[in-house]
Amino acid sequence: MNGTTGNSTNGNGANGNNFGQLLNLVRASLVKDLRLEWRSKDAINSMLFFALLVVVIFSFSFDPTAEDSRHIAGGILWVAFLFAAVVALNQTWAREMRNQVLDAFRVSPAPPLALFLSKVLANFLFVGILESLMAPLFVVFYNLNSVGPVYQLLITGVLGTWALVVNGTFFAAMSLRTRSREVMLPLILFPISIPAVLAMVQATTAVLTGEASPRFWMTLLGVYDVVFTLVCVLLFETVLQAE
Amino acid sequence: MVDATSNPIPAAALRAVSKHFGRFAALKKITAEFAPSRLYVVLGENGAGKSTMLRTLAGLMRPTHGHVELLGSSDLAAARPRLGYMAHPSLLYDELSALENLQFFAQLYGMGSPATTEARCQEVIRMVGLDPTLQRPVGQYSQGMKQRTSLARALVHDPELLLLDEPFSNVDVQSAQAMVGLLGKMRDTGKTIFVVTHQLPLLASAGDEFIWMTSGQIIARTAEPVPPQTAAGDAFGSEVRL
Repeated sequence: MNGTTGNSTNGNGANGNNFGQLLNLVRASLVKDLRLEWRSKDAINSMLFFALLVVVIFSFSFDPTAEDSRHIAGGILWVAFLFAAVVALNQTWAREMRNQVLDAFRVSPAPPLALFLSKVLANFLFVGILESLMAPLFVVFYNLNSVGPVYQLLITGVLGTWALVVNGTFFAAMSLRTRSREVMLPLILFPISIPAVLAMVQATTAVLTGEASPRFWMTLLGVYDVVFTLVCVLLFETVLQAE
Repeated sequence: MVDATSNPIPAAALRAVSKHFGRFAALKKITAEFAPSRLYVVLGENGAGKSTMLRTLAGLMRPTHGHVELLGSSDLAAARPRLGYMAHPSLLYDELSALENLQFFAQLYGMGSPATTEARCQEVIRMVGLDPTLQRPVGQYSQGMKQRTSLARALVHDPELLLLDEPFSNVDVQSAQAMVGLLGKMRDTGKTIFVVTHQLPLLASAGDEFIWMTSGQIIARTAEPVPPQTAAGDAFGSEVRL
């Protein structure tokens, strides 16, 4: 070995110009994250317990069989997912800070975008799994049945989850080097997410009650996703390389 | 050994580099050039700026003033594929085995097919004296094994420039000597190696140049592992007895 392997990544290698290479790196990092989560179960366990607690506590606080439970279910659902997602989002970077593994990534030629996208996808999967497990519980606890089309709920779920994880992953990275990062993340994330949360809740409530069209809120959520994904992608390298 | 004088481009250069943390100056206007194909041993008491200098060379810290050149370029990002860095922490995932860790990091360097990558990872793990078939997660390794796996991680992409921060801490003498032997061989094949250490006796014969640091400055560069006489007296007395 005489340096050829290292040099081979110059120019068109792992420097981000080659889309195929970027995808390979995203896949490698995603597989690594899934493997780490599979072995530690740090994020998924804490998320599940947290979301379950929120659902149960709210079901005791309100009368779940009341006529207007459909009107509040959207809000409760997304608040539970938002709080639970924060648990996963904090874990995602804590893992990289243990043993300062992030430094190994920073000295490598791999583009930061690969790391960011893999983290977003991993979190999207984790939160998606949580939502899939919790949704049936919501239906049971709040005696829900959708008046509007269910596919609209699914689209709202995907767009809303993306909004949470893309911002959450970015702001979790931003708060990495702060002293009390677990507190810092919700402090930064929640205000930024207000438009998205509003759109998620309104769209979900609209579908559940069938009283209004959710299209406006779904469009708003879509636009929010596009704008914030672009901003996060563009700024992530600066955040990663910050001291 | 590769002749260092045949290559006029320094492997690394610091040009009036200062690094401040608030009002504290960790590095004070350091200007130095380091020829390639040499093994540099960086010495100094705690807080002398050794690790800060290494992190600045690695591009993990931006100098407050001055600039760094690596392998003939001041674009540190361009030098990253040719740079290997080992820090005091292991930079490894505790939940993964040594092979899984190395395979992941090798992929960051785009080292080719999965078969090639795996073969190279196994080779490097053997080079540092570990068994690549070991399935245990790194978190269950002894500190010495972690250090050796960490060295393997820094070597996996066969870098031209190696920056090693305390590579022998918590490593038993026999393994440390084997690691020094490996570093010597790498230097002989043209690699440039910086080793920050408090264990000078281990590198006394292998090192080509000894860089002595105090209070954020390089106060001397010697060809022999002999401490310089400082105005403050015997600043290195406690760590250079051979």
